[in-house]
Amino acid sequence: MQRIGVFVCHCGSNISATVDVVRVAESLKNEQNVVFSADCRYMCSENGQSLIKNTVKEYGLTGIVICSCSPRMHENTFRKTAGEAGINPYMVEIANIREQCSWIHKNAAEATEKAVILGRAAVAKLNRDFPLTEGESSVTKRALVIGGGIAGIQTALDIADAGYKVDIVEKKPTIGGKMAQLDKTFPTLDCAACILTPKMVDAAQHENITLYTYSQVTNVEGYVGNFRVTIKKKARYVNETLCSGCGECTLKCPSKKGKNEFNMGLNNRSAIYIPFAQAIPNVPVIDTEQCIKFNTGKCGLCQMTCQAKAVDFSMKDEYITENYGAIVAATGFDIISLDKFGEFGYQMYDDVVTSLEYERLMNAAGPTGGHLVRPSDGKEPKTVVFVQCVGSRDIRECGKEYCSKICCMYTAKHAMLTREKYPDTEVYVFYIDVRTPGKGFDEFYRRAAEQYGVRYIKGMVGKVYDDGEGNIMVRASDLIAGEQLTIKADMVVLAAATEPDKTARTLGTMLTASMDTNDFFTEAHPKLRPVESPTAGVFLSGFCQGPKDIPETVAQAGAAAVKVVGLLSKDSLKSNPCTAISDPVICSGCGACKNVCPFGAVELAEKTVLTERGRETRLVSVVNDAVCKGCGACTVACPSGCMDLKGFTSSQIFGEVDALCR
Amino acid sequence: MQIGDMLSDRIKELLTSGKADRVFAWETGELVFDRSPRVFSKGLKGFVYDDFCIQNLCKYMIEETKKDGKILVLLKPCDTRGLELLKKENRIKRDKIYALGVPCGGMADGEKIKKLGIKGILSVRDGGDVFVIETAEGEKTVDKSDVTADKCLSCQSKEHIDCDELFMPEKSKDTAVIDRFVQVEEIEKMTEDERFSFWRSQLSKCIRCNACRNVCPACSCEKCIFDNDNSGMASKANADDFEESLYHIIRSFHVCGRCVDCGECSRVCPQNIPLHLINRKYIKDISMLYGSEDKPALLTFDKNDPEPDFLSGRGI
Repeated sequence: MQRIGVFVCHCGSNISATVDVVRVAESLKNEQNVVFSADCRYMCSENGQSLIKNTVKEYGLTGIVICSCSPRMHENTFRKTAGEAGINPYMVEIANIREQCSWIHKNAAEATEKAVILGRAAVAKLNRDFPLTEGESSVTKRALVIGGGIAGIQTALDIADAGYKVDIVEKKPTIGGKMAQLDKTFPTLDCAACILTPKMVDAAQHENITLYTYSQVTNVEGYVGNFRVTIKKKARYVNETLCSGCGECTLKCPSKKGKNEFNMGLNNRSAIYIPFAQAIPNVPVIDTEQCIKFNTGKCGLCQMTCQAKAVDFSMKDEYITENYGAIVAATGFDIISLDKFGEFGYQMYDDVVTSLEYERLMNAAGPTGGHLVRPSDGKEPKTVVFVQCVGSRDIRECGKEYCSKICCMYTAKHAMLTREKYPDTEVYVFYIDVRTPGKGFDEFYRRAAEQYGVRYIKGMVGKVYDDGEGNIMVRASDLIAGEQLTIKADMVVLAAATEPDKTARTLGTMLTASMDTNDFFTEAHPKLRPVESPTAGVFLSGFCQGPKDIPETVAQAGAAAVKVVGLLSKDSLKSNPCTAISDPVICSGCGACKNVCPFGAVELAEKTVLTERGRETRLVSVVNDAVCKGCGACTVACPSGCMDLKGFTSSQIFGEVDALCR
Repeated sequence: MQIGDMLSDRIKELLTSGKADRVFAWETGELVFDRSPRVFSKGLKGFVYDDFCIQNLCKYMIEETKKDGKILVLLKPCDTRGLELLKKENRIKRDKIYALGVPCGGMADGEKIKKLGIKGILSVRDGGDVFVIETAEGEKTVDKSDVTADKCLSCQSKEHIDCDELFMPEKSKDTAVIDRFVQVEEIEKMTEDERFSFWRSQLSKCIRCNACRNVCPACSCEKCIFDNDNSGMASKANADDFEESLYHIIRSFHVCGRCVDCGECSRVCPQNIPLHLINRKYIKDISMLYGSEDKPALLTFDKNDPEPDFLSGRGI
């Protein structure tokens, strides 16, 4: 026999302005097994909680119903209070009479009636509740960071500095990511490599960090605290331990036709190559598509040259399986393909480049040694037109509806640096809006426009075309002057929209981490839990969660690291007791539950069960409590209803529905 | 020699060679058109296979494969789809079955013969494309195509799936003359009110005999929720005068995406409710949304699934 106490919260005037809380409390006194019902100004306050504790003692309550705000707000608070008062924390039901009642209704009489009904449903459910006990699971004290750009490096460094082991998996042959390709960084204009490479070296040398470069995560199993991850280490064909990084092989290699990815394909590299001078690890990799030895079986000059005998053509992909307590996604971004933006002529003209290509053309370590020249004829451009929002804030199929966030600032940077190095160059920037909300950002943009004489024109470029004499012409509108412009440009630089790295989607599926329609990882809460994925134990760092510049990325990387450290510092984790449970007597073993489970928590196993016909050995479903997240997908898939969800059993839900419809 | 006799000889050979210990087939029943499913453990006395052996025997394999020894079962092409489902859902032990695929030229409906006004039927003989019917008033012939069972008129395939042996498959004949979605489309064309009253009038005929469920190869739960007092479902289904609808709606959801469209539900319904149309509507929608009618839409989970929204019509 239950003894139920009902507590109705005013929430200041949040609830009481629309709902007659006194009447609600009074009315709920008549419900089955309710022995106490009262209202209180703030249930979440110290006073409210003492009221609960005292009432539990005085009335010998077995469960409590709180009519208040959403359980997302204070369910934990009240469960803790119940625990302290000596009743099982899962004998607490919350009727949401704020978000789902007082806030959305204007008519007080109707709102009050609805609040009573919601309270009644909660009492009905509590009458069918039973105590639940949280399980415990261990925590592997090791973290995995997926992505070795600035986000991943910073997260890994922070975790490692806190004393935990951390592995970085990077799909490229070197860590460093996009930041390594940048020239200067806004708004202070310090050199990207100068601030990034020390961090890369730190990561490589840190005793707690293991780097897996040229590697990819291929499988993720398990759950928070106990992930089991398979990493595919692609064959580099150069032994990392033996190689001294002298680079002789890259000089001797006769195949020089591979596109240099690091320089955005603006020049070529050898088939055996080190992506850039400060690459970590400083070990070459063989591009088997370009390598003569791999294509014809002859050559092997690199192997002959190598004194360390590190080149090994027989190397195979290697699979490593490792256990982790936490996983951080730091998969970064890429710029979109401009194939469908024919109006800008990117495919047609060599001198129409993306900003990332321009970045390489400005960089001292780039294909031109930092001398800004046109890719077509190697001449210095005299007129450069920058186009912002190429594909960003673009609701067409080919574009991205979001703002890429970084383009306004890097375009200002490019324009400013161009004017500084080559003062006789005319620089135009076409923009829809200039968005510079950041510390020192607007000042930076104004400096470009006012001091450096960059000509900012509000309007979009409609067409880039050839005038028939080999000149690139830019047709655009000046919305403020209200006129059409035609500019003869030597170079056009497109601020192409950003998008999450292509590998993010597959990884998201492996991690069962949710993503939005643009393939950005979603946060557990957009404001209050911005670095956690809704999947426990998976954290988010950097651009993969949404467009970010370097300072924001680094800040978020640190935040993700703190969350990881907080998790790894625990010796055990409490597991959610609201998991699925199968009745083997009724189970037919059809496997519907197993097929529908997004977490791999259900298995089929041979069991001997006692049925109406006697003993039978057959396949039945078995739930792994540690893996089950309590989503309930299996309970609705099961046709015979043998699968139930503790804390949300069919009987409890029927009880609620019956009470609502009474 | 009639096909039934040749089949009987082959079965005897298989039993002698030890391929199976028992046989699950049809025997002649009380009435002229009656054929009853039966296990033959000793001899084949009473065995029959002709145009009236319409019952799908696959579901009996759930209980039969729990027993010792191997069972030989006769399956028409459409019956094998049911066996395939039962295998996929671990409901049978396939290695305890010897599946013998039998040819099918479309089954006949005895009721249709009677409806032709032929009375006092004493016996029916197979005369190739016709039935030779001996009546009290003398012999009459009826074209087989005039009395083909409804479900065979929209036959989907004469191909057996996963049989251990096929017996004279060349004898199978295509009997499909009506697209199986024609009736569904007619119902789709109705207004919401018309559709509601159509189903309400159909389903209110239901007497809850459970025949549709008991014959359905997809309804093979160890314990049906409607038989389980603890599920709370049986009492809910009896709550008001529209209870039959709830029963059929729940049952249709349970078989949605798993139904093999064998048509047995409608065939066994003593009230002639066209239950198979509900399932065919699902089949039609599922093949349109997911590109394959075999997808158990309510029992699988894929992030790339379309998200149909029948309220706004998106995705449909």
